[in-house]
Amino acid sequence: MRGLVPSYSNRLNWPSILIQGTLLGGLYALFAIGLSLAFGIMRLVNIAHGDLITLAAFAALVVVQTTDVHPLASLAVVIPVMFGLGYLLQRGLLNYTLGSSILPPLLVTFGLSVIIQNVLLEVFGADTRRLNVGPIETASVTLPGGIAVGVMPMLVFAIAIASLGGLHFLLYRTRLGRAFRATSDDAGTAELMGIDNRHLYALAMGIALAFTALAAVLFGIRTSFDPSSGPIRLIFAFEAVIIGGLGNLWGTLIGGIVLGIAQSIGASISMTWQILAGHIAFIIILVVRPNGLFPRIKD
Amino acid sequence: MSAARPLLATRGLAASYGDFQALFDIDFEVGVGETVAIIGANGAGKSTLLRAIVGSLPSAADMVVYDGAPIGHLPAHDVVRLGVALVPEGRKLFQSLSVEENLRIGGDYARPGAWTLARVYALFPRLAERRHTVSTSLSGGEQQMVAIGRALMSNPRLLLCDELSLGLAPVVIREIYTCLTTIAAAGTTLVIVEQDINRALEAANRFYCLQKGCVSLTGSARNVDRQAITAAYFGLEAAAK
Amino acid sequence: MNTRFAVERSTHASKVFAASIAIVVAALIAMPWWGDPGTMHLVAEMAYFLALAQLWNLLAGYAGLVSVGQQAFVGLGGYTLFAITDWYGVHPLAAIVVAGLVAGLISIPVAFTVFRLRGAYFAVGTWVVAEIFQLFIAQVPRLGGGSGYSLTPAIVQSISMDREIRDVIVYWLALLLVVAVIGAIYMLLRSRYGLALTAIRDSELASGSLGVDTYRTKLLVYMITALCTGAIGAFIFLQKLRISPEAGFSINDWTVVVIFMVVIGGIGTLEGPIIGMFVYFILRELLADYGSWYLIVLGVVAVLVMLKAREGLWGLIARRFNVQLFPVRRHLVRKDAP
Repeated sequence: MRGLVPSYSNRLNWPSILIQGTLLGGLYALFAIGLSLAFGIMRLVNIAHGDLITLAAFAALVVVQTTDVHPLASLAVVIPVMFGLGYLLQRGLLNYTLGSSILPPLLVTFGLSVIIQNVLLEVFGADTRRLNVGPIETASVTLPGGIAVGVMPMLVFAIAIASLGGLHFLLYRTRLGRAFRATSDDAGTAELMGIDNRHLYALAMGIALAFTALAAVLFGIRTSFDPSSGPIRLIFAFEAVIIGGLGNLWGTLIGGIVLGIAQSIGASISMTWQILAGHIAFIIILVVRPNGLFPRIKD
Repeated sequence: MSAARPLLATRGLAASYGDFQALFDIDFEVGVGETVAIIGANGAGKSTLLRAIVGSLPSAADMVVYDGAPIGHLPAHDVVRLGVALVPEGRKLFQSLSVEENLRIGGDYARPGAWTLARVYALFPRLAERRHTVSTSLSGGEQQMVAIGRALMSNPRLLLCDELSLGLAPVVIREIYTCLTTIAAAGTTLVIVEQDINRALEAANRFYCLQKGCVSLTGSARNVDRQAITAAYFGLEAAAK
Repeated sequence: MNTRFAVERSTHASKVFAASIAIVVAALIAMPWWGDPGTMHLVAEMAYFLALAQLWNLLAGYAGLVSVGQQAFVGLGGYTLFAITDWYGVHPLAAIVVAGLVAGLISIPVAFTVFRLRGAYFAVGTWVVAEIFQLFIAQVPRLGGGSGYSLTPAIVQSISMDREIRDVIVYWLALLLVVAVIGAIYMLLRSRYGLALTAIRDSELASGSLGVDTYRTKLLVYMITALCTGAIGAFIFLQKLRISPEAGFSINDWTVVVIFMVVIGGIGTLEGPIIGMFVYFILRELLADYGSWYLIVLGVVAVLVMLKAREGLWGLIARRFNVQLFPVRRHLVRKDAP
């Protein structure tokens, strides 16, 4: 988790904390989109989500190292690859776990999580890696009031908003989005409309992992990763989804921002407190508002 | 019954929910352009028959033959593309979709044809006014119109209607059945499932009566023997009393 | 002839099984006289893993509470033992009991929080809670902070001055713990809560509508499980003599492999975890030289079991031969009066 938020040793600099936290929240919202989409459409909670983010980050690393392209350019390969992987994963494996019992999807994705982590460990070793983007990494602009804001964090935030906007358009303005929402409402009746659920679920997981690929590359640029960094990504994504309210796309962004701000406050104390403060914010919201800030799906 | 090849036929159709067998050896036919009613008491297997025809319940391939081809093994999403649409019992509208989106999704993945949004709105003008509202805020009759319109958007040659009158006021039921006449007149073959025997016989050319998962009586909807129907509907012991 | 029926639990197989279990346990208790220290160590490890597996099985397989955060209670139990023996001079064996009670007590507020989440979200919620405990304890300098904490020789010697005797006591303690945990679960499943639990396992909605207080039953199971898991955690780190936040709250060691054991052996049965435990140890020994490959193989096997044979290996065996070793199910027996 090094370097996600600059730490302040002396006193709380509120404007800066809020801005840094909000920008960080954009990244967390990106982590959460895939999780939220899979849950919204097929009520599947993918425990391997964080490890798939790590897998995509390593895929980007391989592309960057073998072709020497810019990390952002690796997206042209990593996004389609992760889309394909998501499609196959759902069609070939996860579709068979869906049903009345929650155990099979939970335990199968849990098993996947352990498999991905350990395969990455065997292939890449335990070293921490990072995607280097050159000078833009440290570039910053100074806002009125003397607060320095990194160019990269702002770019990540802008991409997060654009992604959410794109997903919103897909869900509410296209034929495919209509099918997704109809299937989410009532999968059996959606079949009567000519919708092949197995194919549609596979598309949904493909799209979820395409967003995951985007999140992975942006996070690989912002901070270092290693084969075991999946679980904490899952937890951040999960906290953003729950804080925002299940099944609410823009709520997820707010959830990510709340988490990001809590972590920024914690980071002003110490690195451990950065993560701890996020968890505590999550627990407080869970106790005060069990359905999140903006609930939509009751499940 | 027409001598020509039936549009849809079931041959010895059997269907089960897990260990519970709901249909036994059903032989059922619908000719092109016909309107056929399926009547029977609660739990007789009427809805199950429709679900087996559209592929929501699995059966063996030759048990359901549509337009000369076996379709019993096909999943529901393939059957609708062949031109068999179901208006499900209880309407089953998509709650998070607007009225217009509910209609559109009926046609999105189905076969193309003459039915368009404009034509559905012409058939049910009240829906045009409420096109952007959420489907849950509609009255029961309007919801039934959306369900019928949604099925029509898939341009069915065969339209199966399950308990259209369920929970609706008599005046609304009449309105809906008038629309069915229009749909039948346009050349669509209809199968209607009803608990209300008179309503069903009035709308249909022929009828099948189901009892405990078997066909207990079938014949023309005109000049029916009331006593025979009562016997077929409730079982012989009840009729004898 | 007067035909009557009686409800019974025990079967022929279960009686034979009970007898053979008694023999095996007796042989294991006598092991200090016939076994070597290496085997004793391995059996102790198998014993506490089996206990953890049975506890997770009770939680997930019966009460439907799929937690992936049980490492929280292992770590809390371990740290409690280290703290109270070091700070207050409590005898280590008494400290195991206290550690269990502390874990059980802490599980109450935890339950009130995570029970707000359903299904898979409950699972991740329990994980977050375990993370919180781990991060918190790493902040406490008196508990060694992030780098860990060792038991002082004086505490270890309070069990016995003689190292060999100490090893035997620890070994017997492991046996005692696993027998006590399985016994307690067995009693719980045969009590009226057992019926409630089986009902919840089969259909939570239906059992709720039939008057089973699912919330209270689940809360009770969660607390009992936390208590026992805490005591086992205390034992594990008493044996290891050293604890750190990463070791104490390790999800891989205390939850992942435990879940795999239960899933592979057969979730929702008492026999399944026993089989799963043996599968785990066999795989671990076979793949000992191949790094983390045993986890990958274990994961693949668990995924395949979940897809192809949801009742696990024991489910396959039980169906094939129609046996039940732990008589928790009731069955009808025809009794013809003379």
